[in-house]
Amino acid sequence: MTADNARIRTLDSHLMRKSRRAQHGARWRVLVTAALAVAAVYFLFPIYWLIIAATKSTGSLFGSSGFVLDKPQLLTNIANVLTYNDGVYGRWVLNSVVYSGVGATLATFLSITAGYCFAKFTFCGREAWFNVILAGVMIPGTALAIPLFLIMSQVGLVNTFWSVLIPSLVSPFGVYLGRIYATAAVPDSLLEASRLDGASEFRIFFTLVLRLMMPAAVTVFLFQFIGIWNNFFLPLVMLSDQSLYPITLGLVQWQSVADRHPELYQLAVGGALLSVIPIMIAIVSLQRFWKAGLTEGSVKG
Amino acid sequence: MKTVRSKRRLAVLGLLGPFLVLFLLTLVLPILYALYQSVTGIERSGPFGEGGTGTVFVGLSHYIAALSDPVFVASLGRVLLFAVVQVPVMIVFATALALLLDAASARGVRFFRSAYFLPYGVPGVIASILWGFLYTPGLSPLIAIGSAWGINLEFLGSGSILWSIANIVIWQYAGYNMLVMVAQLKSINAELFEAASIDGANAWQVVTQIKLPLIRPAIILTTVFTIIGTLQLFAEPLVLKSLSSAITSSYTPNLASYNEAFTNNNFSLAAAESVLLALIACAFSFGFLTFVTRRGSRS
Repeated sequence: MTADNARIRTLDSHLMRKSRRAQHGARWRVLVTAALAVAAVYFLFPIYWLIIAATKSTGSLFGSSGFVLDKPQLLTNIANVLTYNDGVYGRWVLNSVVYSGVGATLATFLSITAGYCFAKFTFCGREAWFNVILAGVMIPGTALAIPLFLIMSQVGLVNTFWSVLIPSLVSPFGVYLGRIYATAAVPDSLLEASRLDGASEFRIFFTLVLRLMMPAAVTVFLFQFIGIWNNFFLPLVMLSDQSLYPITLGLVQWQSVADRHPELYQLAVGGALLSVIPIMIAIVSLQRFWKAGLTEGSVKG
Repeated sequence: MKTVRSKRRLAVLGLLGPFLVLFLLTLVLPILYALYQSVTGIERSGPFGEGGTGTVFVGLSHYIAALSDPVFVASLGRVLLFAVVQVPVMIVFATALALLLDAASARGVRFFRSAYFLPYGVPGVIASILWGFLYTPGLSPLIAIGSAWGINLEFLGSGSILWSIANIVIWQYAGYNMLVMVAQLKSINAELFEAASIDGANAWQVVTQIKLPLIRPAIILTTVFTIIGTLQLFAEPLVLKSLSSAITSSYTPNLASYNEAFTNNNFSLAAAESVLLALIACAFSFGFLTFVTRRGSRS
């Protein structure tokens, strides 16, 4: 009996402490949420401005407050963006999709195969090669663009689709992630068993390893896709033919001459909104994939 | 069993070969080429080279030329100043966001996380166009709101433009850095928090004693990437250049070397400038890494 009472007393005091903490916690939670909301306003209001601005005529863009609607004409504006200069904008979108889609797919495949190879095979110079590739993560991409331009111009590839695609196929960070992921997710025993069953290395990779490494592959793909989509310096250096431009380069070109052709301000705003929407949808809907593999990629400090 | 070994060797070749070939062609070769370019010059004998051109070794003279050009040195100083301010602000801000998200109750967390990460999907040049509009007097609702409150906001002047650029970079990448830290926070064993709560630790102690030490690797990773990215500053000033007279054609080292290559056709000097910038970026990131690993091993 006494033991039970004692237990009830401790339970009581525990509950009281808990409710006091809950009270304190509620206040704390309100503060945290308020801080998070302020940060959200900072990150979202430029996008809100972009959406509002994309509905305005050139006159309203300059003549009305940026945060309120004024004679919205979104569809007219979008039609203008899509038809300006024989629909060159659609061409840029297509180019961006091809550069990013093809580039990221191939880059992911190459990173995953290389990462798996580093993780599960022993060969001469393995660690040395891996360190060289890791050092590649540290090389600023822009430092490579000008020498790449000179090399491409010597093999006659400057101002072609290939001059932007080929450099996008290499993702040292992807190899790093791939190796770490393969080490953790591909069991040696499984590989040995398949080899004893007489499966070829080719078959093992395509039927077994690729499936096991899918989460890492999706992460590498997403980062590489965004990386290529956002890239500006490389296409700027390589391309002079407007019909090969990705969206980034095309919009900058519109924006840079807008002080002479004011209608281009509105086109740049509308074009920016159109280009941002699919990426925003992808980011929100694929949220769970952005986490996978990120921790595995951290530097061990 | 010789066939097994040769099979394995073939597998290594097949798996690693394609990546390695592209890696050598698009990363190693350009570096070597840039190094070669930076120590050679082209000697022309004839106005358009009809007397033949020859490549001559010029030693470090391009590097000396770059480093004795006050405009280029000023651009280096500018990005270093930029990095000294931008990197700590970025990392503290991203860490704070990650910790707040981690501390918040489940409701709304998904929304906030998406909201912060969203700008990462906006290309740097488009973010710059966007913020450029928000910085332009007559167009910017921010300036309008400021003047309604009697505050005179000026974003594009020579004194403020560098920090206006910093704001664009933070807006774009803080969410990405936050995500890396959130991922690491998620991997902390929940038993640790239970143990801390039984020991009577308050929220602040949990943050400083458990969370921060355990996400150290993520903080180090994002710091290194921020250092490298910051020194490469290019797209943002290039876009804002048409809006602000404070931005010159060699405002940052990358702009300077781009300009040297494609306006002045001086690829050797451009290569030397690129190599210098890459060296500085590597020196800073390796310096930072040695600093933190040495401190880490002592504690």
